[in-house]
Amino acid sequence: MDALKQELKEFIIEQLNLEDVNVEDIENDDPLFGDGLGLDSIDALELIVMLDKNYGIKLTDPKQGKAIFESIDTMAAYITEHRVK
Amino acid sequence: MSKSYKIKSYCQIKDGELSLNGHLIYADHSNTFSEFIKGAYKSEKTKYPKFFKMDKLSKLAFLAADVLLKNEKLDPSIEQNIALVFSNKSSSLDTDRKHQETIQDPSNYYPSPAVFVYTLPNICIGEVSIKYKLNTENSFFIFDGFNARHLKIYSDILLSNNKADEVLCGWVDFEDDTHYEAFLYLVSSNGNTAHNEHEINKLYNN
Repeated sequence: MDALKQELKEFIIEQLNLEDVNVEDIENDDPLFGDGLGLDSIDALELIVMLDKNYGIKLTDPKQGKAIFESIDTMAAYITEHRVK
Repeated sequence: MSKSYKIKSYCQIKDGELSLNGHLIYADHSNTFSEFIKGAYKSEKTKYPKFFKMDKLSKLAFLAADVLLKNEKLDPSIEQNIALVFSNKSSSLDTDRKHQETIQDPSNYYPSPAVFVYTLPNICIGEVSIKYKLNTENSFFIFDGFNARHLKIYSDILLSNNKADEVLCGWVDFEDDTHYEAFLYLVSSNGNTAHNEHEINKLYNN
């Protein structure tokens, strides 16, 4: 689980172009949207594509994303339970 | 008789150099476009994290516009009536190619939303408008080459019909990492340079 959380942090920083943010700057329970990392709606779509591409998880209801992408903790828990890759 | 307008200020980015009103303010000839534009952005001390999410065309347009508008010392609390008229020849081709790469292989079909949103040249106008709160007239034209006559006529019409107080216009073209160019200038009632084809071309070819 810790390796997955590290992987997710690295992906978010690199793929979402978070300049000046390091892995150690992101706490596992930090909110990813809003006041946390300040991700936007395009970033949310990018995370949905990442779930499919990297873990074989297809989100059919985008509303699910709100709970799944709340933090690194919630993402890692959902991926661990539903991954097919 | 139609009113004559002036070129208030202008900004150029090309060949690893950024200049304002003919004065070099940043240069880096040893790096890729991405490194150059990042260095130029940091040298300008513009705190705008969304810059790093933009495509290369938008970074080029945003930085040139930012240098020009910052130089005007605009009051951020007041909505500015500055129209935007941009043009180029490559449209958003660089980003279009990147998007195409993500959908080329049917067995690995994962279009990136962050890339796709930039597959229109006028998105760069939106980026400038968001940063400077410009709810104003805007247009993006595609030409075979720099077209001073069109820019002059179009911006004069906007100003003479009171559609804008000033016009930020010019040429923002990103073909590839070694062929890119931004030339933006501000047209106003005030300024030291006449707004005519000859002067626009003279500044552009400077």
